[in-house]
Amino acid sequence: MAALLESLLSQKVDIIKVVDWLKSAGDEEKLSISELGLTVHKEEFVPFLLNFLREQSSQALTHGPATPAKTPSRPRPAAQTQVFSERRGCKSASGGSGTRGASRVQLFSPSSVSPGPEGSHCLSQLNFNNLEEFPPVGSSPISPAASKPTRRINPTPVSAERPHSKPKTCFTSTPFSKPSSPLSGVEPLEGSMTGGNSLSLQEERELLKREKTKRAQQVGSPQPSSLEPCTPTKTVLKTGSKVTPEHQTTCPEPSKVTFSLELDLLVELYSTCISENLVPNIFLELFFVMQLLTSRSPHTHDDEQESLCAAHSHSGVQLVHNCVYFAVKVLENQFQLVAHLDKCTLRLLAENERVASFSPHLRDRLTQAQDKSTAKVTELYLSTFIHSVPFQPDTDNRSNFSSDKAFHIFKKQRDIFYEVLREWEDFHKEPGWSFDTALGNRIRGMMSQMTSAGNHSHFARLFLKQLIQMCKGPRVNSTSGDTPDADLLGMLGAEGLGRLKRLEERLIQPHGVVGPCPPPSFPGYQEFFRDFLQAASCCQLNQHLQDSLCQQLLQLDEVSILSPPASICEREEEEEEDGDMEQQDEKQRFSSVLLLARLLAKFLGFISFLPYQTSEKPSREIQDTAIALRSKSVPVLDVCAVLRNSMRRRRTILTVPWLVEFLSMLDFIGPLLLCYRTTLGTLLLLYRRLVLGRCEEMCYLNKLLMVSVLGWLFQINPSFFIHSGEFRKLLAAFVSGSTAKSGGIIRKITPTSAELKDTPAAHRSQQKLQVDLEQAFFHNQPPSLRRTVEFVAERVGSNAVKHMKATLVNELVGRGEKMLRDGLGSPNSNPSKLNDSICAQLCDAGLEALARATRYKSLFYKCPAVLATSENITKRLATEKACSWLSANITGN
Amino acid sequence: MCGRGGRIEEEWQKDMEGKTLILSGRMRLSRAEHKEIVRWTEKLRPTRQCMKILKDRFPSHSQSTLLSIFSLEYQKRIKRTFSRHHVPDVIESYYQRYLSEAKAQPTAPVLLELANEVDLSPALMARIILDRFLQGQDGGMPSKSVLNSMLKEPSLIPDQILANNVYQCTINDCCYGPLVDCIKHAIGHEHEVLLREKLKEKNLSFLDENHLRTMGYDKTPDIILEVPVAVEGHIVHWIESKASFGDDQSHRTYLNEQFWSYWNRFGPGLVIYWYGFIGELDCQRDRGILLKDCFPTDIVTLCHATQQDRSPESQNKDKE
Repeated sequence: MAALLESLLSQKVDIIKVVDWLKSAGDEEKLSISELGLTVHKEEFVPFLLNFLREQSSQALTHGPATPAKTPSRPRPAAQTQVFSERRGCKSASGGSGTRGASRVQLFSPSSVSPGPEGSHCLSQLNFNNLEEFPPVGSSPISPAASKPTRRINPTPVSAERPHSKPKTCFTSTPFSKPSSPLSGVEPLEGSMTGGNSLSLQEERELLKREKTKRAQQVGSPQPSSLEPCTPTKTVLKTGSKVTPEHQTTCPEPSKVTFSLELDLLVELYSTCISENLVPNIFLELFFVMQLLTSRSPHTHDDEQESLCAAHSHSGVQLVHNCVYFAVKVLENQFQLVAHLDKCTLRLLAENERVASFSPHLRDRLTQAQDKSTAKVTELYLSTFIHSVPFQPDTDNRSNFSSDKAFHIFKKQRDIFYEVLREWEDFHKEPGWSFDTALGNRIRGMMSQMTSAGNHSHFARLFLKQLIQMCKGPRVNSTSGDTPDADLLGMLGAEGLGRLKRLEERLIQPHGVVGPCPPPSFPGYQEFFRDFLQAASCCQLNQHLQDSLCQQLLQLDEVSILSPPASICEREEEEEEDGDMEQQDEKQRFSSVLLLARLLAKFLGFISFLPYQTSEKPSREIQDTAIALRSKSVPVLDVCAVLRNSMRRRRTILTVPWLVEFLSMLDFIGPLLLCYRTTLGTLLLLYRRLVLGRCEEMCYLNKLLMVSVLGWLFQINPSFFIHSGEFRKLLAAFVSGSTAKSGGIIRKITPTSAELKDTPAAHRSQQKLQVDLEQAFFHNQPPSLRRTVEFVAERVGSNAVKHMKATLVNELVGRGEKMLRDGLGSPNSNPSKLNDSICAQLCDAGLEALARATRYKSLFYKCPAVLATSENITKRLATEKACSWLSANITGN
Repeated sequence: MCGRGGRIEEEWQKDMEGKTLILSGRMRLSRAEHKEIVRWTEKLRPTRQCMKILKDRFPSHSQSTLLSIFSLEYQKRIKRTFSRHHVPDVIESYYQRYLSEAKAQPTAPVLLELANEVDLSPALMARIILDRFLQGQDGGMPSKSVLNSMLKEPSLIPDQILANNVYQCTINDCCYGPLVDCIKHAIGHEHEVLLREKLKEKNLSFLDENHLRTMGYDKTPDIILEVPVAVEGHIVHWIESKASFGDDQSHRTYLNEQFWSYWNRFGPGLVIYWYGFIGELDCQRDRGILLKDCFPTDIVTLCHATQQDRSPESQNKDKE
């Protein structure tokens, strides 16, 4: 492994050969280099490379006590180990193998889907044509350490081969001499490279202790100034005023980069791994690159570090130049991926001085990409008001209950439910507040009353509806501004990078909570619903919820998706096509369905696996018994069939994201059961076939979505946070495609942002109020009214567009040509004026059509006020639809 | 909904000023102001003279507000002390005093004076004494319905002097008794009618309690708007009319028994305390419960850009 890298860096082996090998789709898992007598396996080489990069750069990302706040931000194997040893690695696909939980190495070895050696046949059970891509376990020699991972990236191969080869250290100016250092414990990474496994474990424990102490200290005394990365123009003042001279960092300069040739080679290798989907999680890698970009040189003043640094002379200073060089090169190389990040991040990158000084070209491209970027969450006009579930006489009045008593009890239960919810809202953030202590008894009392009245189905419906109302939206589920999302959105201005850094630290920080479900998986209000179910622990309620969730999920999974044109992949690059109006609506509808399905699937998973959750991983014997026992009963959802069906019908883009949510809730034993094992195996195959760079039938953003959800599932680890934040932006980008006017899931009834952009604040709040009023109007009406209104608006809108296409546009084109011919010099004939006039004409045409349409509706609705309001909303929607088509398709000319 | 002792005050106003109800003065009080008024009511009895004192002491406040506050406070006082009076030997001593004094002065309002002397509501005193009187006649316990009908119609009482005394007690009590109950009911109804009229005036379509009951709703506010409006920037789906002053205790009770229940079913809404309320209680606006002391002026309705004929009044109303 190291020998290969060594040979590459010393140019004994042609990089092209290795890159081709990495790119080869599986048929050559092994690379033999006869002249060196080397045989290398992909699944060993990739982790080795990733690990190598992290170790090489660890100094820049980790330095000692003087910059303590940075420490937790490193994706250091040691920190990861801690996370994995505390969390149940079993949640990931590889959970079954190994004794210490998930390891990313294993993800890329076929053994990851099998519970152990005897489970190795499981892959062959998958009916996949390209099985040769995934050689069965045992066909490739996996080092013994792979089954006993001590860290996310298994570094053992390095230590094994190190004596024979000395890889050049490109990020430091001198070779490692750590093993001999008496302070080897300080840098256990290097230590572990030469030391034995037991030693490194010991060191890691030491490090863990230290990390914990450090973190505890950090919490106690935040040092914001030390968090500022070195972005010279922006932080000059700060470093000058707040940071002591000792802490000042070197500004990286391109001219000081050493080993650039070797770095270039590494960039190429690394980029290939990212492009070819060989890394377990591209976002984690992207994050690593960002870390390198914002890295700082270690200081040389700390006593503890002195001897260490003496050996390195100016290594730290050197390090930063090289890290930044490497990061910038990778960003250049992965530009396609980077360009899909949200606007904020792109802006931060574009404004980053280091990017500018190392690659003005990259900066320019980032600036351009920023303008085109559509990956943004336009949330301003989403109604933020939390609604209750409306009382609907059809389902909620006396005739729906078996007795007066049941009706009366449910009346009280609805009120208790909201009372509990309000109390949670008020107090759950207060220190020392405990859900179960405060609300547990009230909830359980309610459950026992419910049981006597047999009201579970009613309550289950109320519960789910409220869950969906509060948690479905991309934004609504965050209770306040302290979520990663809010941070991501707020990362603006000069302080941006510092905040990014802080955010990053929070993201990477492992959460110490050991529970059946780690808190981050239930953000915002979702936490209330999860805690409620736990406190209630009512099997009847859970059963009703499961029934309902399954039904709703399968219905959602069947929702028709209009596939975008096959050419989407190329078009997508251009970023300017606005798609057909229907296609835009389709994207919004799809996004709404997807978000909802993921939410429901998560809760279905939570409830289904709740009875099996244990805080500790069960012993082998208990495992076997449990597997035998549980394999007899029918799982709540036939995930295999769902996935198979979805793949056959090419609907994985909808199914996989929600299946991932469901599977992420698996208990320890879950992944070992045949049905889930098979599904996870299939998902793994799916993942490895999704190579982002390749233009296939699936569009880039769809693939990105799939890769990120699957990457997350296979590696549920601290990077989860990155996902939950990044993810929504991805989703938003994904669904809105290149439409700049995406307004989230309920945009259908929100004014277009174009209208709102230039209006004064007072007017805007008026418009927001109007949006809220419309939402509120539908709230207490039967759902069918909303559907009707949307349907009619849709039909009328698209008829209007057809009409325009056929008549007005033709005429306009003629007129426009004439105008152009008549007076090119006349500046009055601007397109926006033309547009306005068309809009005016369109409105008339639309209204005529509406008059007809509303006559139909009046058959169904008797109340004149409701009817009138519905009519008006319909008119507005239809006109908005048609106008947005106009501005999208006409102004562009 | 029934007001809590509002009508008497209004009657008084008519008596004293010779004209119909004028709601004047400030009705949204701070907690401190309310406390000050409450402190003053402590020594007062539910009599005209006392109400005059209160009115003179707080001239800047609306009379209805002052009287409603008094009524609420007086009811609390009686609830607190009633058990002290409702003990057999205490009742017996009141009864004996009544008998001897009525014998001495057959035309004097002895029962009313006794009630004021021992600080018990006159109407409740009348009930206790009548109850004791009927027990003495038949030997057994009189039925509640007999008791109530006699209190409502004192001429049914076999003893003429007692009938007079009971009547005097009933009409001189502004907080308890069948007359007050009737007035409270009427005034509550009156404000509901007023509210409906205002809504019709504004062309707002709504369902009232009766509609809702026939549709099988389990909780029914006075009004549900078929098309929601915004009041001072807050969405309003329902309106509840309260012909009383909103103090801490009554508001808390209403919140738990009514307002939150409405929110739980119909979303955010508006409560009108026609006789005012403690301003600090209006703290749940963002959570969907808005308090007002009058019919709101700042009402925004849905208006559509395609609809060129928006009503000018709904377009931009100034906040009050």
